[in-house]
Amino acid sequence: MRQYTPKNDIQKKSYHTDRFYVAPTLAKEPVSNDSTFASDLSSLSNVVEVKDAYIQAGHLVIYINKEDNVSAIKHLKEIRAYNYMMELSAIDYIATQGGFEIFYEMLSMSKHKRLRVKCFVAKDDAIASVEPLFRMADWSEREMFDMYGVTVKNHPYMKRLLMPDDWQGHPLLKTYPLIGDEAAQWYEVDKIFGKEARDVIGPELRDAAQVDRYDTQRFARLGHEVPKGTDITNGNEPDTPIRYQEEGGVKLFGKTLVTPFDEIETKQLKERK
Amino acid sequence: MAQHKVNYLQDGGAPIVLTTVDKIVNFGRSNSLWPMTYGLACCAIEMMASGASRYDFDRFGTIFRASPRQSDVIIVAGTLTKKHAEFMRRLYDQMPDPKWVISMGSCANTGGMFNTYATVQGVDRIIPVDIYLPGCAPRPETLQYALMQLQQKIRRNPASMRQKAKRLV
Repeated sequence: MRQYTPKNDIQKKSYHTDRFYVAPTLAKEPVSNDSTFASDLSSLSNVVEVKDAYIQAGHLVIYINKEDNVSAIKHLKEIRAYNYMMELSAIDYIATQGGFEIFYEMLSMSKHKRLRVKCFVAKDDAIASVEPLFRMADWSEREMFDMYGVTVKNHPYMKRLLMPDDWQGHPLLKTYPLIGDEAAQWYEVDKIFGKEARDVIGPELRDAAQVDRYDTQRFARLGHEVPKGTDITNGNEPDTPIRYQEEGGVKLFGKTLVTPFDEIETKQLKERK
Repeated sequence: MAQHKVNYLQDGGAPIVLTTVDKIVNFGRSNSLWPMTYGLACCAIEMMASGASRYDFDRFGTIFRASPRQSDVIIVAGTLTKKHAEFMRRLYDQMPDPKWVISMGSCANTGGMFNTYATVQGVDRIIPVDIYLPGCAPRPETLQYALMQLQQKIRRNPASMRQKAKRLV
């Protein structure tokens, strides 16, 4: 794994940089603009401490402490009728804030309203599971652990969801390299054949557009086939015309059964019959 | 009792065909290639279309089997992830000899556009491949042509020959 460094400007190697650039965000409205959200928020603030709340793109966004996540979601589900958990996951803010932002997207089927509960979890900290409230949280929290390494307490079956159990690292972290670290690059070779097979199989060929004409270990040139591993660097490759039928017909049934097709001797009609 | 002389070796004589063991064995092998259903991604749709009635793989004697124990050829149709690689190798090992492999589509050939941490960059890192079939995804005709190429390869080699290292011929 690489060192943690802020990755805000990794693709911004432009000639001109705007020193006063501010990343665009959607406008935030006060909660009092929407009466349903305002009553939801005042009801919730009696139960847990609300650190911040606003309306963004029609969603009510509520920031709470991470200890309060189960009680807040329980209140929203059972008292305020937000009876559907759409999505939950984490956002990697390790480089700037040293932790993850966990978000829970909820929908009220009766009120036709959506809200988002957010809380901050430090890097090595854990968060309580909401799986007793919503069954969908079972796999979502496992995916969150798999992709970000956020540990979830009181989860019934805490293991990786997508990646193999013996995978190293958490792929959606900002520091995870795109083509994988050493363990990821050699994963299948190490697991199936053992580490000693690395020399035989070789590293992954990452350039999909690369064509080596003289490589006779992998693909063959159609029409110029030679046995595997033959040295053709001095240009001694035979011409083997493509034949679409068995040479001379199918022998078992005699030559009368199948007319031999030869690409070279085939006549092309001048005009359509 | 027939009085005239019968030439048994001419057409219309006795029902006898002369051939060699190699040819008759290869005739059987190449015309009853049973592939394992191994659809991994979108190429599997094309593979299913090849097996269905319009393109009709059955006329090649190619009948898809759902078990590695009953199959001769494995068509790797789609993206092979690193998590799945060991199962793929295990299924290949479970197939009885002689066995062949068709790598179908860009993802199976080289990893294709999935130049990522979780994709095997070509199934030939895991199992030996006989036919690399290019395309994304290859049409059913292309898959049938690949199978015909494989049939020719089987017929060309002596039946008793031990299987050598594999590549497209």
